[in-house]
Formats: sequence, C-alpha cells, structure tokens
Amino acid sequence: MLSLLGVATVVVGFAIGLNPLLVVVGAAFVAGLAAGLSPIEVLAAFGKAFNENRYISVAFLTLPMIGVVERAGIQEQARTLMLRLRGVSVGSLLVVYLLFRQGTAALGLISIAGHAQSIRPIIAPMAEGAVEAYVGPLHPRTRQEVRAMSAATDNIGVFFGEDIFVAMGSILLMVGFLATAGITIDPIHLSLWSIPTAIVAFAIHTVRLLLFDRRTRRRLAE
Amino acid sequence: MIGLSVVYVVAGVVFSAFAVLSALDRNNPKRLGNAAFWALVATSFLAGNRLGDVGNGVIVLGLAAIAGLGGLGRGRPATTSADERTASARRFGNKLFIPALTLPLVVVFGVLVLKPLEFGGVPLLDPKQATLLSLSLAAVVATGVGLILLRQPLMSPLQEGRRLMDTVGWAALLPQMLAALGAVFALAGVGETIGQLVTAYLPMDARLTAVAVYCLGMAAFTMIMGNAFAAFPVMTAGVALPILVGKFGGDPAVIASIGMLSGFCGTLMTPLAANFNLVPAALLELPDRYAVIRAQIPTAIPLLLANVVLMYVLAF
Repeated sequence: MLSLLGVATVVVGFAIGLNPLLVVVGAAFVAGLAAGLSPIEVLAAFGKAFNENRYISVAFLTLPMIGVVERAGIQEQARTLMLRLRGVSVGSLLVVYLLFRQGTAALGLISIAGHAQSIRPIIAPMAEGAVEAYVGPLHPRTRQEVRAMSAATDNIGVFFGEDIFVAMGSILLMVGFLATAGITIDPIHLSLWSIPTAIVAFAIHTVRLLLFDRRTRRRLAE
Repeated sequence: MIGLSVVYVVAGVVFSAFAVLSALDRNNPKRLGNAAFWALVATSFLAGNRLGDVGNGVIVLGLAAIAGLGGLGRGRPATTSADERTASARRFGNKLFIPALTLPLVVVFGVLVLKPLEFGGVPLLDPKQATLLSLSLAAVVATGVGLILLRQPLMSPLQEGRRLMDTVGWAALLPQMLAALGAVFALAGVGETIGQLVTAYLPMDARLTAVAVYCLGMAAFTMIMGNAFAAFPVMTAGVALPILVGKFGGDPAVIASIGMLSGFCGTLMTPLAANFNLVPAALLELPDRYAVIRAQIPTAIPLLLANVVLMYVLAF
C-alpha cells in the first residue's frame, strides 16, 4: 500500500506545478523507498530504465530538418496556401488530416507524420491560415485553440487507427499477455475488433471539428 | 546488422553539437545551463551502456536538478526574420514542402524495402527497430535535401535544430523519464496494489457494471501510469479475465481490443503521457501547458462511454 505514495507524489507534484522532471525523480524515490529499496538501489533502477528507454528521445532527430525548412519559410508558405484556398475551412482541413492519420496508422505507418514533422511546420500553420482567411488576423487565444486542436487531431488519429494494424506493439502485447493466461488469439481478431471504436472515434472527433469550425467563424460575426 | 547503437551515436553527436553551440550563445543568459543539460543528454546517448546503472542515475539527477532549478533558458541563434521568411516562401513556393515530404517517403522506403533485406541470412536492419532506424535515416536524408534544395547555410540544421530543441526544453526528456518511472513503479508493485484495490472495492455483480469497471478502470489506471500498456495486464488479469470472460463468458478478443482502446482514451487526458500531450504543447509554443489535453477531453469522454456500450453489445 505504501508504494501508492509514489502515485500521490506525481499527482500532487503536477497539481502544484513543480517542474515535472523533479516530480518524476521524486516519485521514483518515494515509491522505491516505500517498497523497501535503498536510495542507491532506486537510483540504479531508475538509471537503468532511463538508459533502456533512450529510443524514446531519438524522435528529436527530426528537428534539424524541421528547423531548416522553417528558416526557409515553410510555415509562411503553408499559411499562404490556405489563404489562397478560401473554400477550405479549418474543420474540413483537420477532418481530412484525421482521416489520413487514421488510415495510414491502420497500415502501420505511424512515423510518417507527427507533432514535430507535420503539425508544427505544416498542419498548424495551414489551420491558422484557414481561420485567417475568414476572420483576418487571429486573436492569441484563437491561435492557441487552433494549434491545440491540430495536435489533438494527430493524437486521436494515431491512437484509434494504429490497433487496426496487426503487427502493432499493443496488439502483440495483448496476444502475449492472453497467451500467458492460456487464451490463444489470432492477432487479426484483435485488429478487426478495433474497427468499431475507430469508426466511433472518427465520428465523434469529426463532429467536434465541425463545431469548432462554426465557433471560430461565429467569433468573426461578434 | 544495423541496430539502435548507430542511431544513438548520431543522436549523441547532434546533442553534443547543441551543447557546444549553446555554450557559445551569448544571447542566452542561461547558456551554461542549456549547455550542461544537452551535454548530459549527449553523454547518455554516447556512453550510456558504459556508465553503469548508478552512473545513468546520476545523469538523471543532473537533468532534473538543472531543469528544477530553472537553469534552462532559450537559445537565440541568428535565424531569418519574419519578412525574410515571407520573401523566401514566395521564392521557393511549394518546393518548401519537398524536404518535409521526403521524410515520410524515406520512412516508408525503409520499412518496405530495407527492412526485408538480408545479406547471407543476416538482416540489414535490426527487425525490431526497423521503424526507428528508418526514421533516423529519413531525418538525415531530408535534412540534406532541405540544405541543397533550399540553399540554406551548412550550420543551419544544427543551429535551427537547437532553436527548436530549446523551445521544447526540459519537456523533451519527460517522456523518457516517465518510462523510467514506470519501471520503478513496477519494481515497487504499484500496479498490483491498485489492481487489488479495484477488484476488492468495486461492484461487479452485473454484466454492465463489470464492463464499465473494466473500461473506466483501464482509462483511469492509464491516466495514473501515463501508459495503457502498464494498465492492461493489471486490469485484464484483475477484472476482464476472471469476471468478463470467466463469469459472463465474453469474447476475449473483443474485450481485450476495446479494453486497450479505453486505455487510449485515458492517454488523451493525462499529462503523464508527456510525449503525446506536453511535448506538442511546448513544440507549438502554447502558453497553457495543458492546452492539448483540454482539446482532447471532449473527444475522449464520449468515446470512452461509447467503448462501454460497444463492449457490452459486441462481447456477449
């Protein structure tokens, strides 16, 4: 039971706004010490796991390329493109992106897009441009909402597309776990049963994007 | 066979360059903090396997100390002005998208063409890491394409990369730190404890409440652990297998898939899933750290309830 203090540390630390890196290290020590490990054992366990998870931070290798195209004006070009395509609203742009992201994730192609390589340089400026085409220069709050919605759309597309791909990590985890419990399942069944949720996710988020579209446009009328 | 160790060397060299350029950046009053922070990351990539577990732990403490004491500033490498970018955009037009599109094309090429290649029975790429290897290759190729096609200065990938890296700041290391925290939590038995609490205190006599406990529990547990993969074994062993499959005779394939996707609804709502929720907020320079989560909650909650209904209807 005492090890739950680690979870409490995370919740409280985030809630009072301490630096998250400090909170995480603090939580590791609280949970580890509560479970009867020595400080050095906690430090070693944390260091070992940190080293084994270095692959997570490799994704930042895309930033130099993004920086180069930003220096040359890709965000400005993405925005101009949308100012020219006046008929395309922010809602329809993001619905198309959602469909693209869900569809390609279902084929296992997760790394072809993402927050660094597509949202920041291309999709968010396009979305901002699409709103600007209607309302003119953006209020900072609207700009933040448009950017946040673009990032959210990327996540929702990937999360509810990826499990349709048979060889996805989460599918393999489920197959492996069920096998240890004595249940043999063909991964394709797990993939197929991910489709109903994928369809509902697309429907819900599409409705939200279209409402978002109307809301940002109504603000113009005010 | 090419494995992740090659990628780690590349990442180590890039982060070393960020560290050196940070140290030389007189426009950043906290330049030494940035230099030390990225130097620690570079050390982890270049020498992580030789430092030992405690040595890596010391790196972690250093990173947390620099970030926690406010030691990170934002580098201001010389870059183009807004007017210069607009002029450059007019000059290059849609050519600007070519490097950004090269990236996904090389990733697909890596996964479809390079991954199956074998030489004398040995695969060219470590099959488990093929996607990450392809992404790293794609990043290098696309940078080269950008430099040549858009005629940018030779140092611009490192200087502009550093500018973006400083924009993300300490949040960049949070996903890796949280993954390590997950491992310490597992060692301390946090998951099992929560699983026991859920099964001991929540009512699961009726089929619908049991389905709801499993789906909502997957989401809530994912929010606490920051990761549906950590929640799945605990909740499935505690609730899904004994009650939903054992007692009510549900189809395990339906239950497992929709259970995992209920966990993903939780991922959309927690700051502990930092790479999906906090890193993009930093990358998009949003003043509200939780803006992306706020944008996701109204999709996540109805979808979670829909999952309860879908599982109830489809699994039995």
